[in-house]
Amino acid sequence: MTQTNPVMKVVTFHGGVHPPEHKTESNRTPIRSAALPPFLILPLQQSIGNPAKPLVVVGERVLKGQQLASADGMVSAAIHAPTSGEIIAIGEHQVPHPSGLADLCITLKTDGKDEWIAKTPFDWRSAGPKAVRDYLRDMGVVGLGGAVFPSHLKLNTQAIDTLVINGAECEPYITCDDRMMRERASEIIAGILMVQQLLNAKQIKIGIEDNKPEAAEALRLAITANQSHAVAAIEVVLVPTLYPSGGAKQLIKLLCDIEVPGGVRSTDLGVQCFNVATIHSIYCALAHGEPVIRRVVTITGNVERPGNVEALIGTPLKHLLKEAGDKGSSGYIYGGPMMGFELPSLEVGLSKAGNCVIAKSPVDFPEKPREMPCIRCSKCAEACPAELQPMDLFWFAKSKNFGKAQERNLFDCIECGACAYVCPSNIRLVDYYRFAKSEIWAAEKTKHAADLARERFEFREFRAEREKQEKAERLAAKAAQKLAQAEVSDDPEDAIRAAKIKAAMARTASASESPASDVGVVATDADQATQLAAEKKAKIAAAMARAAAKKVEAEAAAPVVHSEESVVAPAQNIPVSSLDKSDRTKEILDKRREERARIAAMSPEERSEWEAAKQAEITEAKAAAALRKAESVAPLEESASSLDEEKAAKIRAAMAKRDAEKARLAAMSPEEKAALAAERQARIDAAMAAKAAKAAKDE
Amino acid sequence: MSFLLAIVLMAILALILGAVLGFAAIKFKVDEDPLVDKIDAILPQTQCGQCGFPGCKPYATAIANEEADINCCPPGGEDGIRKLAELLGKEFKPLNAENGVEKPRAVALIDEAVCIGCTLCIQACPVDAIVGAAKHLHTVIAAECTGCELCVAPCPVDCIDIVPVGTTVNNWRWRYPVIPIKVKS
Repeated sequence: MTQTNPVMKVVTFHGGVHPPEHKTESNRTPIRSAALPPFLILPLQQSIGNPAKPLVVVGERVLKGQQLASADGMVSAAIHAPTSGEIIAIGEHQVPHPSGLADLCITLKTDGKDEWIAKTPFDWRSAGPKAVRDYLRDMGVVGLGGAVFPSHLKLNTQAIDTLVINGAECEPYITCDDRMMRERASEIIAGILMVQQLLNAKQIKIGIEDNKPEAAEALRLAITANQSHAVAAIEVVLVPTLYPSGGAKQLIKLLCDIEVPGGVRSTDLGVQCFNVATIHSIYCALAHGEPVIRRVVTITGNVERPGNVEALIGTPLKHLLKEAGDKGSSGYIYGGPMMGFELPSLEVGLSKAGNCVIAKSPVDFPEKPREMPCIRCSKCAEACPAELQPMDLFWFAKSKNFGKAQERNLFDCIECGACAYVCPSNIRLVDYYRFAKSEIWAAEKTKHAADLARERFEFREFRAEREKQEKAERLAAKAAQKLAQAEVSDDPEDAIRAAKIKAAMARTASASESPASDVGVVATDADQATQLAAEKKAKIAAAMARAAAKKVEAEAAAPVVHSEESVVAPAQNIPVSSLDKSDRTKEILDKRREERARIAAMSPEERSEWEAAKQAEITEAKAAAALRKAESVAPLEESASSLDEEKAAKIRAAMAKRDAEKARLAAMSPEEKAALAAERQARIDAAMAAKAAKAAKDE
Repeated sequence: MSFLLAIVLMAILALILGAVLGFAAIKFKVDEDPLVDKIDAILPQTQCGQCGFPGCKPYATAIANEEADINCCPPGGEDGIRKLAELLGKEFKPLNAENGVEKPRAVALIDEAVCIGCTLCIQACPVDAIVGAAKHLHTVIAAECTGCELCVAPCPVDCIDIVPVGTTVNNWRWRYPVIPIKVKS
């Protein structure tokens, strides 16, 4: 029924090393459950791609399994509450990262009740493949082997021939997958069958290093015990213990004898690879509706009780090491000794990537000897599983010749550390590769940002040019239309009216100044505010007067064309200057001319009547304006007392700055520009007054 | 006679070749100076105008026409000057202090409590990285902001700050491996 192949005569991959295994310290005891810590620190970035977006707020009570943060975009995965409790912080906290920097984390205060949210098993058989993928993303399923690649993206393929299950666990010290295969074999087999169905895989190969015979045996037993006929396609293969057999490309080479070239994905060759722990979490999500809230982590090295513990995601590593009986170590490694990194502190929370924490003792991890020059012995090239030339890469990375390093396929390097392990000169080769890679990435990012900025800048220029052109066209069309229907203008009357308006403006300006000076004796705060208001009013009045003057000017200029009384003036004859005039002036002129026509058509009696009516209107408007002004001054006073000193000072400083700017503008450009600036100033002042009034109302 | 024939032949040949060259000059005309694009690719595209030109492209054009020096771009920094010197075969010279000083990468941040929605910063932004409308709150799209500081001066209420980006987990880089030297006591 099940084909097994105990003695593999496999075609092995190139290179590889066999460092001391150190597995027996931690793989003899069953998986323990870690005690519930008082706090959990959950980093929002727990997968490749975008960090998750928080869905909860500080102070909220959450249940076990509740989604705390949702996936942001395709390449991202959700994060869930590992136990019930209260969210006490969402903010920067140190995360397990080689930089030791802080990143956004959700801190959960556990309440000890461990109260589950309503769990609903997912009917994945009848749901479509897209629904299953979205479900897994929302369950936060990511690759637990260490790379934390979102699993739903790996299921987004249909043409799979072989499904490779990675149980090699080639790195020394780590035994979490070993113990999981021994203790949870039936669940893993059930999970494998689910993934097989989702991918339509024809055959399944589970690769296990031959130093884990118990795990292989447990899986074989689970296969025989499984009722499904699909298990016939599963094959457990023992592969030689040779680091890094657990690398996806290396394991595919071992099991299928397929070499995955650089820049090609294994799915293109019909092979997809999953880690056993990931398979287990897929099973938990699909069969029980359980999100990824825990993982098995190996705590080993310089501790009294090395072993594997099942810990909640976010458990502070300090808590885990205390439980294991830390004997006072010189440092801690997150991950394995070959590919892991030194932890900056133990205050960080366990992430989904954390398969192992090694407490370092000076005996097991002696200080690295001094780096000697490279003698080009090429031992590293013999050990490199990616078949690169590490000594050349080292040379180029060291001399910061990144282009050349990239040409020699630096990015095919899996950073396994085999080269550094064999180097007789003790050169930390991987450190150089990591440095070169991150420099190249940074340069790429900068270039991308520069390209984006260039594109946006050029588009803005283009838009400005287009708008200018469109405006010119619009004005030309309008002017042509207007000239076509131009009518007799009533010059003297217009001038009189303009003068009247001007006088009225001046009156209102002085009127608004006098009440302001009356109130200006009260408190200092109120004093300042009223002064401000008075200044503002004066400015508005001045701007309006200027605008009126401009109007009069425009009127004076317009009749040159009008006086001819010609209805046939062609568009070509429009003076160029009129094209440049603002849209608004044109509109006003238009309106005025219409009105003028109406007045001209009136009889003398009608006209005097109209004038009287207009006068009444003006006085009414003036009264209303005075009332409004009085009203607006009052709230300003109120607000001024409550307005904090700092803000008022800020606004005053800004206004002074603005005034200076305006003065400069006026000095260097003709009246037109000054009027424009004044208008803008008036608008800003009005906005500020409105804001102050609103603030006063709010308080 | 043969002497004449030779002259006629040469003349015909010259005419044909001239025609071919003339045609090629029109057909394969290079529209834009490729040097300008090469220089523009080195410039950081901050579009800040600190060089005295209204953008990176105009500065690149000026450099190509020998109208501007290569050390007028503070955001490009020394690294940028070195690259320009290498491209143009010129001597490296330190950044001209008149144009400003090299600063770490930064982005603009609008204090939303103070913003009055005047749109002046939107008009000033060379890369359209500020969104907002008149009398509505404005905000900066951090991913598209070049940190050119052009929006700071027009703000009537001084609510825009230029905040350095700093090092985060996402833009952190592995350091160059160094051998620590220990002093024996």
